[in-house]
Amino acid sequence: MTKSSSPASERSTGGKLWEFFDQRLGLSGILDIALHKTVPQHSQSVWYFMGGLTLFFFLVQIVTGTLLLIYYQPGGNAYDSVRRITYDIDFGWLIRSAHSWSANLMVFVLFVHMFSVYFMKAYRRPREFGWWSGLVLMVLTMTFGFSGYLLPMDELSFFATKVGLEIPSKMPLVGPAAASLLRGGPTVGQETVHRFFALHVVILPALFMLFLTFHLFLVQRHGNALPPSEERKPESARRSIRFFPDFLLKDLAMWLIALNVLGLFACLYPWDLGLKADPVASTPVGIHPEWYFMSQFQLLKVLGNWFPGAVGEVIGILMVTISGLVWALVPLFDRSSDNKMMSRVGTWIGILALAGLIALTVWGYAAL
Amino acid sequence: MSDSSDVRSKKDAGGRSPVNDSHVSVSRRAAVGSVVGVFSVGYVGAVSYPIYRYLNTPVERAASAAQVTEVSPPDAAKVKLGASQTFMFGSRPAVLIHHEDGQWSAFDAVCTHLGCTVKYESSKDRIYCACHGGVYNAETGEPEAGPPPRALTRYKVEVKDDEVIVSRV
Repeated sequence: MTKSSSPASERSTGGKLWEFFDQRLGLSGILDIALHKTVPQHSQSVWYFMGGLTLFFFLVQIVTGTLLLIYYQPGGNAYDSVRRITYDIDFGWLIRSAHSWSANLMVFVLFVHMFSVYFMKAYRRPREFGWWSGLVLMVLTMTFGFSGYLLPMDELSFFATKVGLEIPSKMPLVGPAAASLLRGGPTVGQETVHRFFALHVVILPALFMLFLTFHLFLVQRHGNALPPSEERKPESARRSIRFFPDFLLKDLAMWLIALNVLGLFACLYPWDLGLKADPVASTPVGIHPEWYFMSQFQLLKVLGNWFPGAVGEVIGILMVTISGLVWALVPLFDRSSDNKMMSRVGTWIGILALAGLIALTVWGYAAL
Repeated sequence: MSDSSDVRSKKDAGGRSPVNDSHVSVSRRAAVGSVVGVFSVGYVGAVSYPIYRYLNTPVERAASAAQVTEVSPPDAAKVKLGASQTFMFGSRPAVLIHHEDGQWSAFDAVCTHLGCTVKYESSKDRIYCACHGGVYNAETGEPEAGPPPRALTRYKVEVKDDEVIVSRV
């Protein structure tokens, strides 16, 4: 880096080359930002790595997903093509296992990222759009998970999707039509696989990239948020490290750990492929969605038992929608650390949300 | 990261024996560097080898399919005099010709010029490539006109009862 501090003034070939690109692309401006960017250093700094880890697992998804795309065939051959990937193509089991594990790890670190951002109150002014774009990315990630889950068309994914699509169909008025449109017919089948495939590999990635770029742009624009405990300290008492190279190297070290964890899971617990989905077979006992949908699944199950008919489902959908809305609107009423009352309300909402999610998920697994 | 800068600053502050210090730091730096290098190569290998094998599987399978030495094209015995039939010899297209005089010949059907699939033209009794107008002799496979640089690979043909067996020479 010391060499490149005055590259433009050098008359060497490298200097001229730098000058050529710098004049046209404004590289020294970017370099300047990178060199002056700092990251706060304090007792809660570890949470700053969670967004980067989510990004890492997303990158793994792009690579492994593209590789799976080479042999995967949507539609009638879906199951057989996944079978071929898993049992016939060299290392196909590993690529598929890494894709599934990385998806789950991505959802997990995304949740950790979201709650750490929440409890550090990083959604406050001027970072509201960071919070909102992050929530959109979370919804997209979960849709990625839901649509990808069906693609192998084994027994479990078939029934999970069947049940999952029953939920929107319970919504008044538009519900049934929306569910049929998603399914491409009255039941889950080949048409659904084609639709989910298009969603999973074209529409969702395009939307995700858009919101990810916006999200990262905002992170760059506003820098890392300080948690309230740090905000209270005088500026002279706060510590920070350089983004380049110090934070970046730590970030990369985290990515390396993440790669190791992923490799370990993918190899030691290779992702299973169930029996081929059979539309006339009855649903196997203990059918349940992926863990990140478990809380909603359990809520609907419980409410469905408490209330007659579709009333329970409608109440459940309303509860999830309202909770999501409150969650999204927190930055509008918990706006600054000056307002102690609203700040406390915000914290309690977070505790309630986290406790509720964990309790419903544990309950869901216990009730299987 | 902060550790290394601490070490450096301590060294700077109490720089009594710069010669010894620099020796230590150079050898340590070199050691750390080579360990990092070895690990990096290991990681790149561990990630790229499975990907390479994954992508290469069909290539390997095709290569083993190409190992075949003998093929009996279905219904080949029904090919009339002056007619031909194309078939797969392993993973490559091949052409079987039943000449007017009752003789049989078979060739690899991939043009030696730029890889198009050639065709037997019975009216002119020649093998023709439509891409760039290459012409081969229908009995020997030798190039006769156009750009082909080499003869088509010739296979051996045997007729046993109702079966035509094409094999490598």
